[in-house]
Amino acid sequence: MTILKSFAALLTVALLAACAGPSKSTVDENAAAAGTQTGGAVSSGVSEGGAGQGGALGGSALGGPGAAQENRVIYFEFDRFDVKSEYNAVLQAHGKYLSANPGSKVRLEGHADERGSREYNIGLGEKRAQAVRNVLLLQGAASDQLATVSFGEERPAVTGEDEEAWALNRRVEIVYGP
Amino acid sequence: MSRPNLHRVATLLALLLVSAGLRAELQIEITAGVDKAVPIAVVPFGWAGTGAQPPQDAAAIVAADLARSGRFAPMDRKDMLQRPTTATEVDFGDWKIQATEALVIGRVVQAAADQFEIQFQVFDVLRGEQLLSYRQASNAADFRRSSHRVADLIYEKLTGIRGVFSTRIAYITAMGPAEKRIFRLIVTDADGENPRIMVESAQPIMSPAWSPDGRRIAYVSFENRRSEIYVQDLRSGSRKRISARPGVNGAPAWSPDGRQLAVSLSRQDGNLDIYTLGLDSQMLTRLTSGAAIDTEPAWSLDGQQVYYTSDATGGPQVYRVPALGGASQRVTFEGSYNARPRISPDGKQLAVVHNDRGNYRIALVDLARSSTQVLSAGRLDESPSFAPNGETLIYATREGKRGVLATVSANGRIRQRLSAVEGDVREPAWSPFPPN
Repeated sequence: MTILKSFAALLTVALLAACAGPSKSTVDENAAAAGTQTGGAVSSGVSEGGAGQGGALGGSALGGPGAAQENRVIYFEFDRFDVKSEYNAVLQAHGKYLSANPGSKVRLEGHADERGSREYNIGLGEKRAQAVRNVLLLQGAASDQLATVSFGEERPAVTGEDEEAWALNRRVEIVYGP
Repeated sequence: MSRPNLHRVATLLALLLVSAGLRAELQIEITAGVDKAVPIAVVPFGWAGTGAQPPQDAAAIVAADLARSGRFAPMDRKDMLQRPTTATEVDFGDWKIQATEALVIGRVVQAAADQFEIQFQVFDVLRGEQLLSYRQASNAADFRRSSHRVADLIYEKLTGIRGVFSTRIAYITAMGPAEKRIFRLIVTDADGENPRIMVESAQPIMSPAWSPDGRRIAYVSFENRRSEIYVQDLRSGSRKRISARPGVNGAPAWSPDGRQLAVSLSRQDGNLDIYTLGLDSQMLTRLTSGAAIDTEPAWSLDGQQVYYTSDATGGPQVYRVPALGGASQRVTFEGSYNARPRISPDGKQLAVVHNDRGNYRIALVDLARSSTQVLSAGRLDESPSFAPNGETLIYATREGKRGVLATVSANGRIRQRLSAVEGDVREPAWSPFPPN
């Protein structure tokens, strides 16, 4: 299986290389493979893996790695990064879980909708991830349990040029992982 | 198989397969030209060498370049009454009858196996005068680029403006379904030919920026699931990771002397601020601070100021700060959203992404008068980049649901659309002039 995977990765690299000019560099196939697993949609491979092992929470669907999908995404208003009060209960549950499980870690992935300039949207995604981080810290999580990353508008959850799609893309995903 | 071995084999395969090539990814179409394009005739060039023909049809490349500029209307070859290749063969009467204003003739002479010379002349038909006579040397591999150089010289002689046909464009493509996207940084010639993949990844690539000498490109890659800044050498393809600090590493911009990058970093405290980073020294200097999102730096031509986007007053606006540190000053005031500044080659204007009644459009801000002129007409236009002669801007827009590129002349009159065969195209960056 491992050999098969390696071969598949190798083949991908080779095929991609077939289209390349003389000075292309292909990124580490390890990173590339990790990327295809996690993809860009709301569901994330890492968090789903966490959900499978999330017995420690004892059945609660609000916080922790076993949280239901809808409780692992926080949505934001346009050009804003303040966390809406409707997420208080969810973030409190995640904070409690992290406080009770000091070994567990969370990645807060911030995103923006597609409007406006790309690097500014990286800024918005980072601010959103920071805002969720601050709430989790107040709810008992330790800072070394929380990492933030912003993908700006580069990894939309859904495609579409309307308010409905944009609202689903302005988000922070809470991803439990190593 | 151990990982290092895998790497080696992959590299080997890549080297074996590079010659497979890539067909032209960008197709260019003029969507609005000037009212009165100058009628010009570019006669097929003569050939003196071994073999049936020169490496490329230089005259066809020149004519296509001039046509694409929107300022010239080259005559169709089949309409030409004569096909002179030397000055003595030219009968200006024939060209006057057809209302041609400018005439280009030439010859390709092969001096050695891989040594060619494109000899050409430009004439003012009405006056019957020679305007330019020049010999452009080339080898076979660079023949296309040399032909673009010929077009540059002709364009400059006839318009007084340096041509940009031998420049290049870098851009990002994203292809495939959302869960299996492939991101690429591609560099093509200005006519969309000769595309080369510089890097590709299953994670986003962003913000390509040309070094002032056109030899390197800085960009942001998420290949390690976080933003990092890389600098890659175009010729060798080798690259170096320049910044992988905690938090955001974004928006690289080269200083005019090529020795520093201005970047946006969030570091431990989570605030996005503008820094300068010495490429050799790795010395980091903080230029802004505070809770605002400060990003998208761009240097003034003299390297004394750094323009950037900040939401310090709510929505994003453009500010500037001395490159050695000092007080920031707000630059844009018209409208609720002005972001991602790029300075024009004459230093008098900023191109920005501007919210125009709910639409994100490319606008020019006149720095002396502080007035704003909207240039584009899309809903989600972004990433403006000036051609090095300042005549044209390239930017990203939408065609249906697809990302495509478009150009617009700085006076708003000439427009082109550049679309890819498949996938999204975004974040174009126009190269500087090639070194002479």
